[in-house]
Amino acid sequence: MSDPVLSIRNLSIDYVGAETDFHAVRNVSFDIGRGEFFGLAGESGCGKSTIAFAISRLHRPPAIIRSGSQILLDGRDVLDLNDAALRELRWREVAMVFQSAMNSLNPVLTIESQFYDVLKTHTGMSRGAALLRAAELLSLVDIPADRLAAYPHQLSGGMRQRVVIAICLALSPKLLIMDEPTTALDVVVQREILERIHRLRQALGFSVLFITHDLALMAQVSDRIGIMLEGELVEVNDARAIYRSPQHDYTRRLWASIPRLTGERMVQGAG
Amino acid sequence: MNDPTPLLALDNVSKSFSRGGLRVHAVRRISFALLRGRTLALVGESGSGKTTAARLIMREYRPDEGRMLFRGSPIEDGPFASLGAYRRAVQMVFQDPFSSLNPVHTVRYHLERPLRLHHPALSRTERLTAVAEGLTRVKLDPVLILPKYPHELSGGQRQRISIARALAVDPEVIIADEPTSMLDVSVRLGILNLLNDMKRQLGLAVLYITHDIATARYVAEDIMVMYAGQIVEWGETQSVLSNPRHPYTRLLLSAVPDPDRRFVDGQFGDDLANIDEIRRQSAIEQPEVREIGPNHFIRPMPE
Repeated sequence: MSDPVLSIRNLSIDYVGAETDFHAVRNVSFDIGRGEFFGLAGESGCGKSTIAFAISRLHRPPAIIRSGSQILLDGRDVLDLNDAALRELRWREVAMVFQSAMNSLNPVLTIESQFYDVLKTHTGMSRGAALLRAAELLSLVDIPADRLAAYPHQLSGGMRQRVVIAICLALSPKLLIMDEPTTALDVVVQREILERIHRLRQALGFSVLFITHDLALMAQVSDRIGIMLEGELVEVNDARAIYRSPQHDYTRRLWASIPRLTGERMVQGAG
Repeated sequence: MNDPTPLLALDNVSKSFSRGGLRVHAVRRISFALLRGRTLALVGESGSGKTTAARLIMREYRPDEGRMLFRGSPIEDGPFASLGAYRRAVQMVFQDPFSSLNPVHTVRYHLERPLRLHHPALSRTERLTAVAEGLTRVKLDPVLILPKYPHELSGGQRQRISIARALAVDPEVIIADEPTSMLDVSVRLGILNLLNDMKRQLGLAVLYITHDIATARYVAEDIMVMYAGQIVEWGETQSVLSNPRHPYTRLLLSAVPDPDRRFVDGQFGDDLANIDEIRRQSAIEQPEVREIGPNHFIRPMPE
């Protein structure tokens, strides 16, 4: 791939233990192109969230990124950056929607102050200008500007998730990381949110790293998919190919474990 | 539905809550029957009234209107003891395997507890034998698992414990409220298979509550779609899913992740384009019932 936004090379991450280290991510390499929607799938504990955290250097001890690893964002190695440079990187280049994004809003602040927090810290914007920008961002996710005065508990789960996404887009990042963004939501709401993300990335041109264990959903929204098993990336391919002709045995087993709406009701050899 | 006497039946049951002077109709005139050896799925999004229906069955709430029949006769309000047989016969498996087990007690405690309550005459050895049998039934090794605490178990193991606990007192009806929604896809199927096996082996009547229609298809012979407190469409699972007639059922089906309908190929269905309109219309009271086919009904939206 020429000129990827994100290029991960030989990434290894260990959780250091008293006696043995747990190899959470083992020698993983992949690229995400400009405007690409890349999915990373695997079951709990396979290391997919660890990778997401490492990209914005949000991992904490005992997680240690082993030497020889590279996380190139627009050609610059994130692992070489100091704290000041990292502050520049976060939100501006990489923004992250967390797994429990619904709960990542501060419950005692209005939606408007949470936008202002990000905009003031990173651009020095005035309160008035931030208010205008926040209204504009909310309109991207179809929330009327009068909700800016609301507190998080006054919004539904789906609306809160859309607010988080709008805040993530505040500084026009190149890469949006979404770690199980819709797992806690209903199918209809999930569908609405992902369609919106799909349209926004077509309009604004950002790339997406989408993490989930729902392979059917992932194949529906992603351009390419990587499948992780016990810290290793076992298969990377076009989403269609992952669906139609999975190569790795584990990918096939993952598909077999998903009850489908059409076709055979009983899945053979699953589990 | 050929069996003349369902184990448990709800007949035009309603329940509303008042919130700040506003009445919320959580459940509106719902009727359904649970039959031996069959699973009935109740699907709908959050807030549609699914869990209220479960709580009515568990006698956590009393219905405002309507009747609830157990083996054909009304469940009487009365002293706790008179409900003992009902409470033994109807058991629940909860959504969250992390909060439905007490962190300070072992697996053994959790499984002995229902036996102590419902079969106080059992001796210690008899109880332990029953507990071990229960664990084997859910494919867990009693020797390894009994002394463990919930935090030492995986989500899937905990949900198996919850099922073993529900089955401990030989119930006839199982109410399973989203039993797999907090589990990884790879262990989900194991739990669904377990529910299927138990239903067949023990002749249980199961109410499977979920927002995931695909899993409902996997376990349930019959299905009901609920929105805003009303059951808008119901019938045999295959018939409802292959020929959905209520707009809300179609909306729900079109939102199920499907790798064959990719976002990049564009063309989102009409149902999804009209989400708000369908929701608004479906929430209006729909008194009429129309038969679509054998064992397939809808409450049509008012024209």
